[in-house]
Amino acid sequence: MTEPTLSDWKAMYRALWRIRLFEGQVQRFAAAGEIPGFPHLSTGQEAVAVGVCTQLELEDVLFTSHRGHGHVLAKGADLEATFAEILGRATGLCGGRGGSMHLVDAVHGVLGATGVVAGNLSLAAGAAWAAQALGRRNISVVFFGDGATGAGAFHETLNLAALWHLPVLFVCENNGVAEFTTREEHSNVKFVSSFAAPYDIATKTIDGNDLPAVFAAAGEAIGTLRGGAGPYLLECMTFRMAGHYVGDSQQYRTKDELAAIREKCPIERLGRVLLARGVEQATLDALGESAKAEVLQAVERARAAPHPDPATVLDHVYRSPALAAIQG
Amino acid sequence: MQHTFIEILRRALDEELARDPAVHLLGEDVAAGGAFGVTKGLAQKHGATRVRNTPISEAAITGLATGAALCGLKPVLEIMFIDFATLAMDCLVNQTAKYRYMSGGQLAVPLVVRTQAGAAGGAAAQHSQSLESWFIHVPGLIVVAPSTPVEAYGLLKSAIRLGEPVLFIEHKRLYTMKEELPETAALPEIGRSRIARSGTDVTLIAYSAMVQTALEAAQSLEGEGISVEVIDLRTLLPLDMATIAASVSKTHRVLIAHEAVLNGGMGAEIAARIGEELFDELDAPVMRVGCPFSPIPFAPELERVLLPGAADLVRAAKRMCQ
Repeated sequence: MTEPTLSDWKAMYRALWRIRLFEGQVQRFAAAGEIPGFPHLSTGQEAVAVGVCTQLELEDVLFTSHRGHGHVLAKGADLEATFAEILGRATGLCGGRGGSMHLVDAVHGVLGATGVVAGNLSLAAGAAWAAQALGRRNISVVFFGDGATGAGAFHETLNLAALWHLPVLFVCENNGVAEFTTREEHSNVKFVSSFAAPYDIATKTIDGNDLPAVFAAAGEAIGTLRGGAGPYLLECMTFRMAGHYVGDSQQYRTKDELAAIREKCPIERLGRVLLARGVEQATLDALGESAKAEVLQAVERARAAPHPDPATVLDHVYRSPALAAIQG
Repeated sequence: MQHTFIEILRRALDEELARDPAVHLLGEDVAAGGAFGVTKGLAQKHGATRVRNTPISEAAITGLATGAALCGLKPVLEIMFIDFATLAMDCLVNQTAKYRYMSGGQLAVPLVVRTQAGAAGGAAAQHSQSLESWFIHVPGLIVVAPSTPVEAYGLLKSAIRLGEPVLFIEHKRLYTMKEELPETAALPEIGRSRIARSGTDVTLIAYSAMVQTALEAAQSLEGEGISVEVIDLRTLLPLDMATIAASVSKTHRVLIAHEAVLNGGMGAEIAARIGEELFDELDAPVMRVGCPFSPIPFAPELERVLLPGAADLVRAAKRMCQ
């Protein structure tokens, strides 16, 4: 993608707010008991989703983790259908069978979130293999947290993807916390990008809360993949402003730590960049307000949507028509 | 001309590769022919991109095959021994089996996982297991276990064309079995059992290599005046209860035989269903024959004594006819 115009940056600023406010509503209705299960928020990590997904094409496929609302929305999923799925409604992306941790929106190339840490890395490599084998030019992207590097499947997949030169972009959101414990307690390896070298995989570690930095690095990575290079591992250092799940009191964080995290908020940071480029505060406020109106409207429509018909509970265990666009 | 199970499997794969460009084979050593030679020569014929070797990474290659199946390929993955399917369980159980359901029908996984099971020749405790009952517990999977080379030919082709995730379990003891492949072998419908031998006194339900043992026992029982109907299940999930019901309504006695241990096995599932659905038809309790509750030993005399044979089936059938 060419250098974004000011108008592109403003659109991305709005996209950050869209995810932030959407997850704010998830938090609100989870706390109110309207959302079953235990959704995981990506609050504070939105710049990674927007910086990467803005540069993907419709045909590119995306896999994500349990913390995937932002990626799914940034790839193009409908706000209302996504929220309806998180509420478990009939009009949700998966008809209420998936929920927050299993969002799929095949027409937008969102092939799935997973509740198993590191569970989707190999599937993303497989999607890249299919593209390679069928001579398609689309790429495959998978988002995962630093906690996934403790799983054998992470290493197996890096090896295989490199060996087969698969067009897959591994995007690690290194938020420094795996579930409830810090990275230091999980591994002696500070940076996830360190794992790329032995497998001969191109890599970069960047500030994942700096949207222009994410945009530039993701653009470069995606460009190399479209050019036929093998896999790429992009490590985005970021911060999980919310807890592990909705309701996590984060007692493992100090007050100073939480204050510092807010200072690093990707939305405020991009706002400062845009102000410096001459954008009025009122314009930024209006973008936020417009995102808020869109989100609230979608949330209210989703909340008014019908619940699934219990008589359909066994539908889709086996055969149903597959989407031609994805199935080929 | 007669061909071995391995040769006939190879022919099915060869024909499916030629028929459908979406079919791709992958697994450890498959380009070189695989550990048992099933895929020998296929990489040379269909190209190295269609028949690919993978690292020894069961977890990743199962995910790779699943992801590819979501995006237009019809992979046939070889897991060399079912014992190693344990390493692929996360993907098979949490992802592969559930994709269609979790996505509300948006996506499907047209994937066949070929694997090889059972005890023979001192393969010992980690290369001899019969683990099929773990998989029949997972909604979304299909489990197939062929009993002869010709059966395997048709069932493998049907499995590849099904559009669902199929675990295709081959028994290593059958690999050397020879049969002639008819010119026009019909493709069996997945989910339908077959009557391998007709009879009137006892229904003997078996699958995989145990079907041969069951036929041997039936032959021997005929000499003693007991007429045995042998059902070859073919598909363990879903279970063809209609064929079982028709047979039980005729014989009123049921013996179930498998090589797996009895605890929580296929036999337990079938017996429970018969108890629920066909209780009034029974003249005797449903009986099961399987391996004693033990790992498979290494020494030939220990392996031999553990595995259920035709004599065990004959004994059980006679007891239920008394």
